[in-house]
Amino acid sequence: MNYRIVLHTVGRILQIEALLMLLPLAVSVIYAGQDGTAAIWAFLIAIGISLALGFFLTYVLGKNNNLLFAREGFAIVALAWILMSVVGALPFVISGEIPSFIDAFFETVSGFTTTGASILTDVEAMSHGMLFWRSFTHWVGGMGVLVFVMAILPQDTGRNIHIMRAEMPGPIVGKLVPRLKDTARILYVIYIVLTAVEVVLLLLGGMSLFDSLLHSFGTAGTGGFGIKADSLGGYNAYLQWVITIFMLVFGVNFNLYYLILIKQFKTAIKSTELWVYGAIVFVSGVLISFNIYPMLGDVGDSVRHAFFQVASIITTTGYSSVDFNLWPGFSKAILVVLMFVGGCAGSTAGGIKVSRFIIAIKTVFKDIKKMLHPRSVAGVKLEGKKVDDKTINSVSTYFAFYFIIFLIIFLLLSLEPFDFETNFTAVSACFNNIGPGLSAVGPMGSFSIYSDAATLLLSFAMLLGRLEIFPLLLIFTPSMWKKK
Amino acid sequence: MKIIVAGCGKIGRAIVKSLVAEGHDILIIDTKPEIVEELTNIYDVMGICGNCADSDIVSEANAGEADIYLAVADSDELNMLSCFIAKRMGAKDTIARIRAPEYNDNSLVFMKDNLEISMPINPERLAAQELFNILKFPSALKVETFSRRTMEMTEVRLQEDSVLDGVKLLDIRQKFKAQVLICCVQRGEDVFIPDGNFVLRGGDRIGVTASNAELVKFFKNTGLLQRPVKNVIILGGSRTAYYLAEMLIDIGADVKIIDKDENICESLSDSLPQAVVIHGDGSEQELLLEEGISTADAFVSLTGSDETNILVSMFAMMNNVKKVIAKVNRDEIAPMAERLGLDCIISPRKIVSDVVLRYARSLENSMGSNVETLYKLMDDKVEALEFNVRADAKCLNTPLKDLKLLKNLLIIGIVREGAVITPSGMTEIHAGDRVVLITTNKGLGDLSDILAK
Repeated sequence: MNYRIVLHTVGRILQIEALLMLLPLAVSVIYAGQDGTAAIWAFLIAIGISLALGFFLTYVLGKNNNLLFAREGFAIVALAWILMSVVGALPFVISGEIPSFIDAFFETVSGFTTTGASILTDVEAMSHGMLFWRSFTHWVGGMGVLVFVMAILPQDTGRNIHIMRAEMPGPIVGKLVPRLKDTARILYVIYIVLTAVEVVLLLLGGMSLFDSLLHSFGTAGTGGFGIKADSLGGYNAYLQWVITIFMLVFGVNFNLYYLILIKQFKTAIKSTELWVYGAIVFVSGVLISFNIYPMLGDVGDSVRHAFFQVASIITTTGYSSVDFNLWPGFSKAILVVLMFVGGCAGSTAGGIKVSRFIIAIKTVFKDIKKMLHPRSVAGVKLEGKKVDDKTINSVSTYFAFYFIIFLIIFLLLSLEPFDFETNFTAVSACFNNIGPGLSAVGPMGSFSIYSDAATLLLSFAMLLGRLEIFPLLLIFTPSMWKKK
Repeated sequence: MKIIVAGCGKIGRAIVKSLVAEGHDILIIDTKPEIVEELTNIYDVMGICGNCADSDIVSEANAGEADIYLAVADSDELNMLSCFIAKRMGAKDTIARIRAPEYNDNSLVFMKDNLEISMPINPERLAAQELFNILKFPSALKVETFSRRTMEMTEVRLQEDSVLDGVKLLDIRQKFKAQVLICCVQRGEDVFIPDGNFVLRGGDRIGVTASNAELVKFFKNTGLLQRPVKNVIILGGSRTAYYLAEMLIDIGADVKIIDKDENICESLSDSLPQAVVIHGDGSEQELLLEEGISTADAFVSLTGSDETNILVSMFAMMNNVKKVIAKVNRDEIAPMAERLGLDCIISPRKIVSDVVLRYARSLENSMGSNVETLYKLMDDKVEALEFNVRADAKCLNTPLKDLKLLKNLLIIGIVREGAVITPSGMTEIHAGDRVVLITTNKGLGDLSDILAK
């Protein structure tokens, strides 16, 4: 392990985080009359600490010696995400709005990993600056902080692909254009433009600028921190539809938007993953609409709420338009299944990812065929291309690890004195970066019910989910840290 | 520039490496997923896995937008076809590796024109040409030709007890009565672009330019002159060996080729009846002694293994062969071999990647006075650049001594109306000239860049 470049890069991330905190600082200044000055001081102190620590790591302990290999990539990503969350939690603690550090850490991890699970019991009591920072972490974490760093910092090594691979979700991570830096820029431009379009559409529907921004951040990162007690339940039907559509938009592989940009519509529209994703959303939405119609008694409402919740859960956003905890068992079962599916690879969504399911199911069929015709030769194809054995292997490994870790976390969490449904959905909601679960942690509940140890465990589950297990798991492997 | 490299074997890799260092947008195509993955891990390039003669793959690589499309896969036919497809899709320039001897005679012109290949490259022939240049003039470690062969720079190493030891460059012309220019000096790991007050020392490796007659005079007066080789042993019967043997036989040298493979030996002896072809393991000292290594003028080791080449070459040096050349392909090994005393090393991969780099640079600079060609000298530490001077260049019609040039930069020749002028302080640059200069500043793209800011 080349410690110096790891520390160097992680230090850079903290400096960037300090820069990012300038935005909520500005918001706090604007709302100083209403909220008081505590938030301003909190952000100033946090920025100072972040900068100091960042410079110390980058220039005193670290050194850019360009020796970056796969294991350094994993270590950078894992450490950066943990440290970022620790520093990001500081404003909440310093301002006293979330007094417990562990709770604040949970809230920040939940933000950066775009989970949206909250320990707050009264969101509306938070100051504007803190609310802004909370939602802004969604936006930053959605596309990935290190991707952002690659987009803006000069770099002279081709090896940064290891970082991108460790941070971007999905079984296959490729570049859009030959240069990594340009790829990162294109991704961010698409991200920013889509977010801006959503803000405008929300403003047109009569939402205030502050609310539009925050909800757009939450949608873009597929995060889902609500800023009202009933999440999006209080907004009108138009706004809920806009949010529904944009949640689905951000759950699509960003490569497709690039293909549309360079006018290769045909390739984009032929994407298998897109069609499967669309089909899952449509079928689940229709089924839930029928299931909840007797309860709501209105076709328009049923369809809207059904699709809103389906979009929110499959893209792992976690907004809610109604308290779906009160829905019939069948609807809730569909939603829990969708929690595991997740969005498309290369999007900002969490979960296992549609493309992994496609590969896994096709592999199953291939193996069944092989049992019936032992001499048959068959491969697995995705998007018209043969998937190589290495990718198939890594998908199988991912499934195996995913369920083992899920079960371990679930077993540990069951030590808490809550019912089965609460604990099970709490783990799935955190591990898949969704946010709300069912029962006590449902859309109207809060994660504040858990003890400190359980809160830390769930924070860890969120990080595991966002970084797709391996980067974080690898830093607990002793051989990872051996000096070369 | 957008460059596509199809086929990433040894040569392809070397090309990718040097093009990435120049900051081009590179896309690679190879049939083997593990190669694509490895290269995209090391370099900032995009990879596509597939057959480079499959039009779907070529169009996926967006060849229509490429400035240069390079096909350097193993098979000549594949390269030609691949370039043809890319050209038809709109690639601006295509470069194909074509190395089979039968494609390199008259049919080359036909194919080049009809397939619209901008530049065919034959790595083996390029390497053989370089080897031949050295053997023709064995005092030299290396001979670089500039400006369509009108100018040459010869690299030689001074002996510890050389008469040039302790001589100031200012005094050379007077003392040795030869009009030569010392362009660059390598001492240990450092490379200098010397001025008049620079003092030479034994052990230095120097680059000298002059007209042929002046150069011979200089070497004669300084005791560096050696006769052209008469008796050459080549180890390894590769294509490079074939081309080299052909050239040497043309100037009347005796050539002996040793190879392990009987079939290769037979085909060589068919195509080169004047050469003596020996079937045997050239890494055995017994065989080398038997074949008279101690009486050979020159020994060239061209086997596929760098290590064998180095070891056998050292054995040849111990047997007092005057000129020993080893083919060493891996960059990281070459400096080690040099430390062991083997200072004449060639790397076919590097030769090819230099040719491609030169091509890319001259394409890129079609504005202003452009870089005509680029040469990398002294282990890539020095670049020699050739510019066509346009009428709008900034440094026209001023004596060189009045120009404020960059540090570590020396104008070593001006070609005017086909004649080479070795510049002095009073020489002026005129529009229409070709200027050859040498510098340790990397990445100069325009003649105006030579002025200090």
